[in-house]
Amino acid sequence: MAIDYTQLIPNNVDLGSDRRLQRALENWQPRFLDWWKDMGPDGTSNFDVYLRTAISTDSNGWANFGHVKMPDYRWGIFLADRDPERKIAFGDNKGQPAWQEVPGELRSTLRRLIVTQGDTEPASVEQQRLLGKTAPSLYDLRNLFQINVEEGRHLWAMVYLLHAYFGRDGREEAEAMLERHSGDPDKPRILGAFNEATPDWLSFFMFTYFTDRDGKYQLASLAESGFDPLARSCRFMLTEEAHHMFVGETGVGRILQRTCELMKEHKTDDVRSVGGIDLATMQKYLNFHFSVSLDLFGQEASTNAANYYTQGVKGRFLETRIDDDHLLVGASYDIDTAEDGRIVKKSVSALSALNERLRQDYIEDCAKGVLRWNKAIERAGINFEMKLPHRGFDRRIGAFAGLRVSPDGRVLSEADWKANEGKWLPTDEDRAYVTSLMGPAIVQPGKFANWIAPPARGINNQPGDFEYVRFN
Amino acid sequence: MAETPIDFRTQPDKYRHWKLAFEGGVAYLTMDVNEEGGLKPGYKLKLNSYDLGVDIELADAVQRLRFEHPEVGAVVIRSQRDRIFCSGANINMLGLSTHDHKVNFCKFTNETRLAIEDATEHSGQSYICSINGIAAGGGYELALACDQILLADDGSSAVSLPELPLLAVLPGTGGLTRLVDKRMVRRDHADFFCTTAEGLRGKRAREWRLVDRLIPPSKLVEETRKIADEIAATSARPKEAKGIALPPVERTIDGDTIRYPHLVIEVDREQRAARFRIAGPTDAPPADARAIHAQGVAFWPLALARSLDDAMMHLRLNETEIGTWVLTSQGDGALVEAYDALLATEASSWLVREIVLYWKRTLKRLDVSSRSLIALVEPGSCFTGTLLEIALAADRSYMLDGVFEGSNLPAATLRLTSMNFGPYPMGNGLTRLGTRFLYDPKHVVALEDDLGAALNAEAADALGLVTFTPDDIDWEDEVRLAVEERASMSPDGLIGLEANLRFAGPETMETKIFARLSAWQNWIFQRPNATGPEGALKLYGTGKQSKYDRKRA
Repeated sequence: MAIDYTQLIPNNVDLGSDRRLQRALENWQPRFLDWWKDMGPDGTSNFDVYLRTAISTDSNGWANFGHVKMPDYRWGIFLADRDPERKIAFGDNKGQPAWQEVPGELRSTLRRLIVTQGDTEPASVEQQRLLGKTAPSLYDLRNLFQINVEEGRHLWAMVYLLHAYFGRDGREEAEAMLERHSGDPDKPRILGAFNEATPDWLSFFMFTYFTDRDGKYQLASLAESGFDPLARSCRFMLTEEAHHMFVGETGVGRILQRTCELMKEHKTDDVRSVGGIDLATMQKYLNFHFSVSLDLFGQEASTNAANYYTQGVKGRFLETRIDDDHLLVGASYDIDTAEDGRIVKKSVSALSALNERLRQDYIEDCAKGVLRWNKAIERAGINFEMKLPHRGFDRRIGAFAGLRVSPDGRVLSEADWKANEGKWLPTDEDRAYVTSLMGPAIVQPGKFANWIAPPARGINNQPGDFEYVRFN
Repeated sequence: MAETPIDFRTQPDKYRHWKLAFEGGVAYLTMDVNEEGGLKPGYKLKLNSYDLGVDIELADAVQRLRFEHPEVGAVVIRSQRDRIFCSGANINMLGLSTHDHKVNFCKFTNETRLAIEDATEHSGQSYICSINGIAAGGGYELALACDQILLADDGSSAVSLPELPLLAVLPGTGGLTRLVDKRMVRRDHADFFCTTAEGLRGKRAREWRLVDRLIPPSKLVEETRKIADEIAATSARPKEAKGIALPPVERTIDGDTIRYPHLVIEVDREQRAARFRIAGPTDAPPADARAIHAQGVAFWPLALARSLDDAMMHLRLNETEIGTWVLTSQGDGALVEAYDALLATEASSWLVREIVLYWKRTLKRLDVSSRSLIALVEPGSCFTGTLLEIALAADRSYMLDGVFEGSNLPAATLRLTSMNFGPYPMGNGLTRLGTRFLYDPKHVVALEDDLGAALNAEAADALGLVTFTPDDIDWEDEVRLAVEERASMSPDGLIGLEANLRFAGPETMETKIFARLSAWQNWIFQRPNATGPEGALKLYGTGKQSKYDRKRA
């Protein structure tokens, strides 16, 4: 029986006439739906959710809103439009036409990159699958689901590349992405941060602000890839990733806003006594999520990163806007790193420092949102400043791992660390308190949990009491 | 001599990279390489990668387990690290090393892997490799040396031999040979596997025979224990026996003289030669196995094997310009014969078996040493049985016909014992006599008629046991010329020549490993595609891409 793929799977990759792809997806799609049922948002298959669905890549097509059941969501396959003149912008192959097929010698490198990126997408869905039970509002519940379906679509995007360009190995990798599960001791997700639980909404907002932002930087550097289908795929994914970070930034911002309101309203610093999340706890969660996310960028000096660059498979953030030779042979780059138990500035080969450079871009980007949060706190008349901790703080990967560094960048003895750890990172007590706020989901339209402020605007300009999710 | 000589003597309380623990009849050898613990400056031992220092500890542990732990019937090799088993030889170390250090390093690691297989096959000490994560290159080759390979089935743990795609060289520790010869991986599968940098994992790794079992990671520790316990239970090693301690080999280096128990080495830098003065036993052998155990490492055959073994390793690594080893002995051949007789009659004792196996390995180490070996059979020498193997291992031997004027040392004789007819096979599986007389196997059988006879120069020559038998008038010149001539020739050419001539007869996995290491690997390691300024090994880690000379040679 002929299946109308264009109806079932919106796409701009000519799926209707690509037999290889059809065959691959015929096998994979039912497994994906099973995975969504087993590992996606728990108990939600009957909900009608006000979701944005991309049906084409033009400005009208990528944001279509309407209520849909999530299993019926049309996970599409979209690549940003092709520029037939596109050239590879960096590395040894700079100036050559971008590859439309995978070069043989880069096959396993590209596959590994795509698998590593792809693996994070379903991972975060799994991490967040129970959050719906404690949603602070319908608005937030809808945003969670939007992120979930879009992470699902990002998985589709990566799976499309594996199916379309990597033959049998690619199909096997695509299946393996549904077999690994976040936090599963036997089949864990590839990257450590994606095996951590997202136990509460504060963690969720911090995750979408900090960890999804790592995703943005990884996608942005893959969007520079000489392998054109990967570049185009990532470019389109970035438009969706922006919404995830918006959810993170506004989520944290709305909690801070509510905290300030409670402090003023009750004239107290003891926000917990009036059911809010105190600023010190907010800072601790920030510290935790920031440092876990920094680890995702990998080692300060990385052979892999250097190889990826020289080979033309992964560029720098906004590669084409950087004013240099885009070869980096012999160039150097200053990094902050640790050596012999001290924090040092060091000039290293720019090629091997690419991870650190991307991490630096990321840190600067993170700081912008923090600045906006602080402006809001200041406007509320509260004397407190949220701060990004030092890049060496509580790291597990890279030169700082094994070193004890305070948030303000001092190297500490183990004893000093132990004495202060509880001031800088969420304690069991802090986590228990935040968990205690996570009551049953608030499902009345327009209502919000006590610890978070309503958003300034509704999704797609809907009114405050809009019924984003219908439970049926 | 190298500025800081590399010392091969170590012991568990000095290990920096391994932990050795015991549970019942199972030993757990856990790799946890100290990044900062490299033997030389300039590289970090990241991701459980190793250098010679790491392997020296491994070799020590393997050796110790045999002598100190008769109760251990199974050894588990595993990693302390999360998601990484071992990433093989450290690339930066290889990049910084001289060619001869690289080759020496490879040779030593190969000998250790073979010692692991020897323990499994002959000592009842089976090695099991439990892989939780990535086993790449030398990491997988270490696994290949084990009898069983268990792999975590977590979707990411993988085995790989990425040397060719990543570094443009070949696996240097027998990986290719063991794949097809030992594990009998199909050649087409092996071809794919060895050209895929990330290697294989899960079901395909097992189906292609690269690993024996897949185990969910949460059960890996427990299942490994179960398997090891079962194997240990069936081992023939004596569970109630007590081992003997292996204290550090006593060694003093005094200028160009190196002194060991029963061995003195004099280095002659001008002639680029080292003279080994091997001392026979001074006392009659102890009565039986129990008495041997009481003597422990002081038992002459064991003490001498330990001295020779350390001396060879020391000279190989630290005295690379000393190209000729002149092998001599002094002592009473009848006493050596008595010791050999004891080793033969007590062959069923676990300790005696270990001592004989150790001699086998030590003699093999001599066989594969890239030095010209010249044996001098002089008056007062004791090349009998086990010690005769040393003379038979030499590329050439000179035996004095008669005595030196004015010396009261008795004329040189050789003696065959039963130890010359089986217990010390070479890497090719034949005895040294069998290899020597490949053209006439019946002659080897006939030699058994001469067991125990004191063979003078004329008789030894007639039986083909020595090369030349000059008299005292010609001796000095003949010997001097042989050594001087050797020193004048190209060391590279000599290494190749000697290795070609030493191993006549059948190929075994072991001869293939060493032959291919020294032929293919030495060639590839020297070629610009690997080590030229734009070669893969040179550029690894810089992010620059290697530029290959595309000509097929």
